[in-house]
Amino acid sequence: MLEFKNVSYQYDSEDFDIIDKLSFKIERGTFNSIIGISGCGKSTIFRLTNGLLKAKSGEITIDGISIQELKQYCGYMPQKDLLFPWLTVGENVEMPLNFRGKISKREKRNRAEQVLSDVGLQDCADKMPHELSGGMRQRASFARTLLTDSELLLLDEPFSALDFLTRLSMQEWLLDQCMKYNKTILFITHDVEEAILLSDNILVVEKTPISELKKISVPMEYPRTRKMLERRDILELKDELIDKLRAQMTV
Amino acid sequence: MNKVNKANLPAAIFIFFLLIVWEIGALKMNASYILPTPIQIIKKIWELREALFTVHLPATMLVTGVGLAISVVLGLALAIAMDSSEIIRKTLYPLVVATQTIPITAIAPLFVVWFGYGIWSKIVVAVLMTFFPITITVYDGLRSARLEMAELLRTYGARRAEVFRIIKIPCALPYFFSAVKMAVPISIIGAAIGEWLGAQSGLGYFSRRMMSQLDGAGVFAPIVLLSAVAMIAVAILAVIEKKCVKWRGEN
Repeated sequence: MLEFKNVSYQYDSEDFDIIDKLSFKIERGTFNSIIGISGCGKSTIFRLTNGLLKAKSGEITIDGISIQELKQYCGYMPQKDLLFPWLTVGENVEMPLNFRGKISKREKRNRAEQVLSDVGLQDCADKMPHELSGGMRQRASFARTLLTDSELLLLDEPFSALDFLTRLSMQEWLLDQCMKYNKTILFITHDVEEAILLSDNILVVEKTPISELKKISVPMEYPRTRKMLERRDILELKDELIDKLRAQMTV
Repeated sequence: MNKVNKANLPAAIFIFFLLIVWEIGALKMNASYILPTPIQIIKKIWELREALFTVHLPATMLVTGVGLAISVVLGLALAIAMDSSEIIRKTLYPLVVATQTIPITAIAPLFVVWFGYGIWSKIVVAVLMTFFPITITVYDGLRSARLEMAELLRTYGARRAEVFRIIKIPCALPYFFSAVKMAVPISIIGAAIGEWLGAQSGLGYFSRRMMSQLDGAGVFAPIVLLSAVAMIAVAILAVIEKKCVKWRGEN
């Protein structure tokens, strides 16, 4: 589905390519987590994918078509929920629909209400964002991302700002959502356990500049539960990943 | 008694107390040509009501209103221009600041020479004093729109004008109201200063005429009127603001 071919990117303020001839592929319908330490360039990969940054060289394609020729091909969910505080939750959620040609007000509203009830926020369309809790806001933000109607979703550490227990329940909630929608998901996190619980594949950033993502498949079947994380092979995988990340810290 | 009145009660009591102190002090001093008592001032306003309310107040309000309107248009235009381009900001910002270093009262007599005794010399004073707070505050408001929100919209396919309409305007709106609330009293002061320095009507002019007649209460009467008008105008703006801005400074 998504493919990076020899992609390089350099920030103006830096004298090296933070993304250095990177190639990788994401299969349709899979959940992929990119893990790496802070500042390693994970988010840069996202920003290249959603078009906020332009690659210096190389090509990013979706189903073989360069993203430069595509529009609205991915739904991007930022780290902070970024709900606009002056709009109702419903108006926030229908925002992506405003840029998709003529859609009637009523249809937008219907779709917003539909997707809100899908994420468990029925009756919240007319509330203001500040009336929602942190977890509810993230769910609203996810609902908004779904209304981009994109096959590919980019989720940038969506749960990192939540408290521990909310985060656990949101992870389980996202597992459910993924089963339901069967989207292709690219997920950034630095929480190894979160990555294992959610992903088909984990893409590890082992060093910066990023020239390679080490792909590790998670040997767990869906539907998953948190209990499975206690399996011996999973615990070993977790240790391995933590070691990999740690090795990078000391470099 | 409603909530607002309750909140203002301490201030009202304190002001009443100050007025009593003033009244007693002024009576003891017994030099009403320098320090009239509050009651004398009120009496004066009543005596001169015809001239004050039908001639001089409208004259000052005309200058204030036109000056404020020009300032708002000019301030918004400058703020939007500075926000839209780095080069424009670098060019204009120092200039805008420089206008505020002009000791306006000192050069205002020149305006009378340049623009005549009519309303334009006063309007120039009012505009020079008010466009600055409007420009800077609205500019800050436009800046306060978070880059991440704009980026999110861009991933949905929004164009620059749409980003401006959807994010920048709502973000700048509370700032705009603060700016205008600040500008109203300043504009009134500006108009009065202009009239002091050379005019044929207006409350500033009237106050000065009373001064030359050593009529203390007559000097104060138009000033009290100016303060009252400014307070009423700000209160009206606060009501409008409440209707327009349902949120303020979240996150």
